[in-house]
Amino acid sequence: MTAERHQRDGFHQTEPPPVVRYLDQAGSLLQEPAPMPDELALEGLRVMLRGRRFDERCVSLQRQGRMVTLAPGIGQEAATVGAAMALDRRTDWFVPQYRELAGQLWHGYPLTLAFLWHMGHPIGFRIPEGVNMLPFQAAVAGQVPQAVGLAWGLRLRGDPGVVLVVFGDGATSQGDFHEAANLAGVTRAPVVLLCQNNLWAISTPQERQTASATLAQKAVAYGMRGVQCDGNDLFAVYATVGAAVERARAGEGPTLVEALTYRLGLHTTADDPSRYVPSEMQEEWLPRDPLLRLQAYLERRGVLTSDGLETLEAGIRQELAEAWAEAQKEPPPEPTHYFSQVYASVPARLRRQLASLEEG
Amino acid sequence: MPEMTVVEAIRDALHFEMARDDRVVVLGEDVALTGGVFRATDGLLERFGPSRVFDAPLAEGVIAGSSIGLALAGLVPVAEIQFMGFAHNAFNQLVDQLARVRYRSCGRFHVQVTVRMPYGGGVRTPEFHSDAFESQFASSPGLKVVAPATPADARGLLLAAIRDPDPVLFLEPLRGYRLVRGEVSDGDHVEEIGRAKVVREGADCTVVAWSAAVQVAEQAAEDAASQGVSVEVLDLRTLVPLDVESLVASVSKTGRAVVVQEAPLTAGFAGEVVATIQEEAFYSLQAPIRRVSSPDVPYPVQMLEDAYLPNPDRVLRAVLATLRD
Repeated sequence: MTAERHQRDGFHQTEPPPVVRYLDQAGSLLQEPAPMPDELALEGLRVMLRGRRFDERCVSLQRQGRMVTLAPGIGQEAATVGAAMALDRRTDWFVPQYRELAGQLWHGYPLTLAFLWHMGHPIGFRIPEGVNMLPFQAAVAGQVPQAVGLAWGLRLRGDPGVVLVVFGDGATSQGDFHEAANLAGVTRAPVVLLCQNNLWAISTPQERQTASATLAQKAVAYGMRGVQCDGNDLFAVYATVGAAVERARAGEGPTLVEALTYRLGLHTTADDPSRYVPSEMQEEWLPRDPLLRLQAYLERRGVLTSDGLETLEAGIRQELAEAWAEAQKEPPPEPTHYFSQVYASVPARLRRQLASLEEG
Repeated sequence: MPEMTVVEAIRDALHFEMARDDRVVVLGEDVALTGGVFRATDGLLERFGPSRVFDAPLAEGVIAGSSIGLALAGLVPVAEIQFMGFAHNAFNQLVDQLARVRYRSCGRFHVQVTVRMPYGGGVRTPEFHSDAFESQFASSPGLKVVAPATPADARGLLLAAIRDPDPVLFLEPLRGYRLVRGEVSDGDHVEEIGRAKVVREGADCTVVAWSAAVQVAEQAAEDAASQGVSVEVLDLRTLVPLDVESLVASVSKTGRAVVVQEAPLTAGFAGEVVATIQEEAFYSLQAPIRRVSSPDVPYPVQMLEDAYLPNPDRVLRAVLATLRD
């Protein structure tokens, strides 16, 4: 009995690839050429800024009691927007966890629905027809097996689509993540597994989550590439996810991308990070804010002036105000809304429960 | 009409439906190369090829979870969980995810997924393989739970399950797989999900059962007849949605009921049946309803199985006790 049958042609990776970076903190380009033209980079800044202002607005509204518990993505906008920009909206799917809103808006999820989601309206989970996206997923890593199945199914059907599934560092401890990554490797499903490693899973730091040197290296055991990129660098995320999407589309299988980022804000509005985040850690990460970096780059390029920034801000203020007004116009759901949503046709037993509820 | 065992009827349904609808794919542990540990999927790989029949990695969670994705991509997956005892490994994907896709997306998405699994015990499997926790699925809105007892129902209801736009858990009678034979309509004969069936008419007491407990109930009815007692046997066939009408009709006629389940007593689906009869047919009852179940202990190893599962003698005693009440 030789060992040959125990060796396969699967992917081997001995040395971790270097972390992909394009922009330093001062906004200088570390490698030429930039992966996107200035015009698109400026649009990227606008989309990131819109995500930031939306989250700030919603946290404030939540404090006023007008919104339910929500999970802002403050500090992680480059990771989600960069990844979304690497997709083709017409064919590719965005499968979120719950801290990816900035990127989801780019992929076609409407701002008005985003407000309604945070108001606790069920319609926030209704992704509009034509938008290739699954609803938010509050069960950590619950979406990953579904995303892999979706990607596998698209390939079986001869559909050119690629699936981007996003999750956090905590998700990599879940069985769902491991089972799904394994299946993705076996089926060579066209999926990009994007881990936003923001160093905290609520209050649990990375070193309590895993003894693995990187999260990207978890890919190796599943026979796929694992790469790290600077998650606060729009260009790095865009280029890394873009390359992974291209490989997936070409039939070269899945990739695990670990975007190194940081949660500058709260886990959720029910969380108090001052209980566990050392103040020096917060100070260390504040200057690494992904918005500052891209803004500095665009200023150096002469594409963005302070007037230009104010114009962007004003446009976003307007957009948010209109969407918020629109969201408030949405009637609240009927108390019996959910009866009709469970099955294709309402079973007799459920119809009777509805009738007894309506009778009081 | 050909005569088949339950497992042959299931296999026949899978062949029929895969030939009829090219969106149907089959996945599970050992379903392709070896045709399933019970041979329920035998011949599918050879006939339909590796792009429609997949041996999945040994992980029930991702078998269930990826089925959701496959359905979202436009396929019609029929997943196999090798034994119900392993379905807890997939509980999150089945109950939190699969069951709620339509609901949580407000109807934007639905998933036409069938999850088959051998249900119950009595065939001397190793520990943790056999189990009967159908009530946990029955209290998970969004799932339909189907539990046929006969080859004809297994075939007709499996075709219905695969065609149902909503997810269906298809519980197959482990004990009946090779033991129960019967005539099966071939061709496109589909049974309706959500309809119980009187499988033996009687006047004195209704025995309600599903899956392999139906044959136990039928034997008890036969034994009762020799003592001059006329027992009606109602095979629920579907637990969710429950056919309340047939249940009420039968118990209203006989005035007495015994409910048989393979699951342990506490919080089992029999309790739901009893509560429903109490709500809907209380004034027809001439005696308290009795339950015959497995005891509230974990499923035992092989030498204790017969002492654990409901048998015709226990059902008969319950019927006679009900008649004395």
